[in-house]
Amino acid sequence: MNTAELKQWGEREAKGLSLRLAASPNPPAVDSDVIGHRREVLVCVGGACISCGAEKVAARFQDRIEAMNLEVDVRLVATGCVGCCDLGVVVQVLPDDVLYRRVTEKDVDAVVQSHLVDGDIVESLLHQPEGQATPYRNAAEMPFFKYQQKIVLENSGVIDPERIDEYVALEGYAALAKALTELQPEQVVEEVKTSGLRGRGGGGFSVGMKWSMLASAPGDHKHVICNADEGDPGAFMDRSVLESDPHRVLEGMLLAGFATGASHGVIYVRAEYPLAIKRLQLAIDQAREHNLLGENILDSSFAFEIEIRVGAGAFVCGEETALIASVEGQRGQPSPRPPYPTQSGLNREPSMINNVETFANIPPIIRRGGAWYAAIGTEKSTGTKVFALAGAITNTGLVEVPMGTTLRTLVFDVGGGVPNGRTFKAAQTGGPSGGCIPAEHLDTPLDFDSLQALGSIMGSGGLIVMDETSCMVDVARFFMDFCVDESCGKCPPCRVGTYQMLHMLEKICEGRAGEDELERMESLADVVSTASLCGLGMTAPNPVLSTMRHFRAEYDAHILDHRCPAGVCRKLLTFSILEDQCTGCSLCARNCPVDVIHKFDDRKQFWIDTTDCIHCGQCFDVCRFDAVLKE
Amino acid sequence: MPTQLAHIESVSRSGATVAASEFPLFDELNATIAHFDHSPKALIQVLHRAQELFGYLREDVIDHVSRELRLPVSKINGVIGFYSFFSRVPQGKHTVTVCMGTACYVRGADQLVRGLNKLLGVEPGDTTSDGRYSVRCARCVGACGLAPVLVIDDDVHGNVQTARLKNVVRQYK
Repeated sequence: MNTAELKQWGEREAKGLSLRLAASPNPPAVDSDVIGHRREVLVCVGGACISCGAEKVAARFQDRIEAMNLEVDVRLVATGCVGCCDLGVVVQVLPDDVLYRRVTEKDVDAVVQSHLVDGDIVESLLHQPEGQATPYRNAAEMPFFKYQQKIVLENSGVIDPERIDEYVALEGYAALAKALTELQPEQVVEEVKTSGLRGRGGGGFSVGMKWSMLASAPGDHKHVICNADEGDPGAFMDRSVLESDPHRVLEGMLLAGFATGASHGVIYVRAEYPLAIKRLQLAIDQAREHNLLGENILDSSFAFEIEIRVGAGAFVCGEETALIASVEGQRGQPSPRPPYPTQSGLNREPSMINNVETFANIPPIIRRGGAWYAAIGTEKSTGTKVFALAGAITNTGLVEVPMGTTLRTLVFDVGGGVPNGRTFKAAQTGGPSGGCIPAEHLDTPLDFDSLQALGSIMGSGGLIVMDETSCMVDVARFFMDFCVDESCGKCPPCRVGTYQMLHMLEKICEGRAGEDELERMESLADVVSTASLCGLGMTAPNPVLSTMRHFRAEYDAHILDHRCPAGVCRKLLTFSILEDQCTGCSLCARNCPVDVIHKFDDRKQFWIDTTDCIHCGQCFDVCRFDAVLKE
Repeated sequence: MPTQLAHIESVSRSGATVAASEFPLFDELNATIAHFDHSPKALIQVLHRAQELFGYLREDVIDHVSRELRLPVSKINGVIGFYSFFSRVPQGKHTVTVCMGTACYVRGADQLVRGLNKLLGVEPGDTTSDGRYSVRCARCVGACGLAPVLVIDDDVHGNVQTARLKNVVRQYK
């Protein structure tokens, strides 16, 4: 296949996709003769929707459509992730532009009969949050989507990730064709530099700079590596991109290969993402079949191969040198830099590592030009960023907003605020390398530099919202526990230092800490971050330092008053039974492991003898009448 | 392979003794090893396949890999020990994984761990005495929108409440 044939193929397929093109956030310029099906039913088969039964829903739709002889009129499409993961299974009907949420297998018959046959929208399946007078009819009306600008996710939830034709229809591989026919490799690097794109994996290093370093490295064998080892707890944007639009990542890697003179690509993906691995392999096979991978790509002299390497569960492998060691089949331990991977990486040959979201940004940059991309976002952090919203937030899921959007917009407008009548306490960004941002900084623009100034980092984009039921000391302890577990053990500042810090935090959580504990922890944090070899150790103290900075009062309450204001640290809690709520069911007494809950002699209620209580909280967990009070 | 030996034990090409019923498994493992050209750099990929085929990384399987990839057993054990995905002990029929990612933790994953302990009587990392369930904790399964999350075998169960734990787990017999 050559570039002219690719273009024809795309135009041909685009006609079959005209319904979705009209709804696409960035519709390409093609004439939209309506050919093909009159209606399309899009069922989201992203990771979250699958666990809500999306495959059964899709199968039932197919069944009903066939049984009622609607195949000519209606086409069923299994798309990637739509983004509003708490509303799964999400079903959209085009061109009527209706979004149904929480669709189960049982609802399918009603949708087919009422909507597809009679033309009446099924009101009960529309999204109507509490306090909203009329239900939202489609995605465009929902605030969750209103503030978003989709570049990386432009195809997610629109195309079938398992069909290359649909990717090609939406200008897929057009950037590659443009590069191969119109641009020199240096011009591609230049375009990426102009875009101002910074690495989306955490560090925020200039991507154009990295590419030019690899391009200028001597050697015939160079490697382009895609880091899909998304290890930050609370981050799932890379998973979603791989599952929803795998060809976009391949195209980004191909462009990197062309620009830097590399001929070999590796995708290092987590073993925890089996669906992503399956769809990537399928995409690679399809691309190879259509002469988009291999020798003489699109009849040019450019050759590129991509292989998948599956990781085995080690967070430290997100670090560049550790990742390379793991790709080579060894323990994933980092090594000192220099030499940098662009000088001596995989097989001691020049290599470059970018993460999934970074590669996913490349095709639109080449297609539309670096200047177009640079105009989005802020001056020093250009473009958009995908965030994974999770935790104590109404709308969980994936959102893509321009850099510089404020935290307030993201949490309250897009995310719908904190549910259950609770209040916003902090947002955690950057996973175990990041920090917590308190309510007084809600108006901070989200970009690389502003977050750093607050003691957090952008990281890969996980954003976890916490309400007043989260204890910040406990959160710091949670992340330190993570770092202790994931420290590879190579250098003592990290291996021993994180362990000691965890012990200090445990002492604080249990009320055993002395008044100088924070001071000692601060000085140890300094050693760990200064003397560790790799990013894991260098950033491990961040969650502790940022919570100490913004929530000092909470630490003091633990240390000085032996009190946990959020009611999380069990050792500091006392349990008692509210007599007027207690029904005397005896469930708590039967569950108490140390038998300190007794029945009053003269009435049916129970009471807790706190002298021997071990603060395990079983009574609180099992009580069905909210009669156990913890304070 | 002499046929009179095939029904008991036999000596594989690599020198380890192998039960006849496992010949096909070793054949498949060898196919993977051949696919990677016996390269020691493919060790992790080969171990993945071995664990898939045998359920866990048995000593004789590790010996086999060691010979085929020309890597010392000590080195292979070093790699197995480093990565949390590999196991050297048999796993239960079903693996119950509690996601301990931040989002799940904030939404009460530790309560699920305690609930499982009560229900099955084992701590994370252990297997029930009837060999039915292995309980483990995962760092983050990337389904944060559904927190707290429980993964049983390949099925993801979202928004799991401790009270419903029994119903969810007992679907897997």
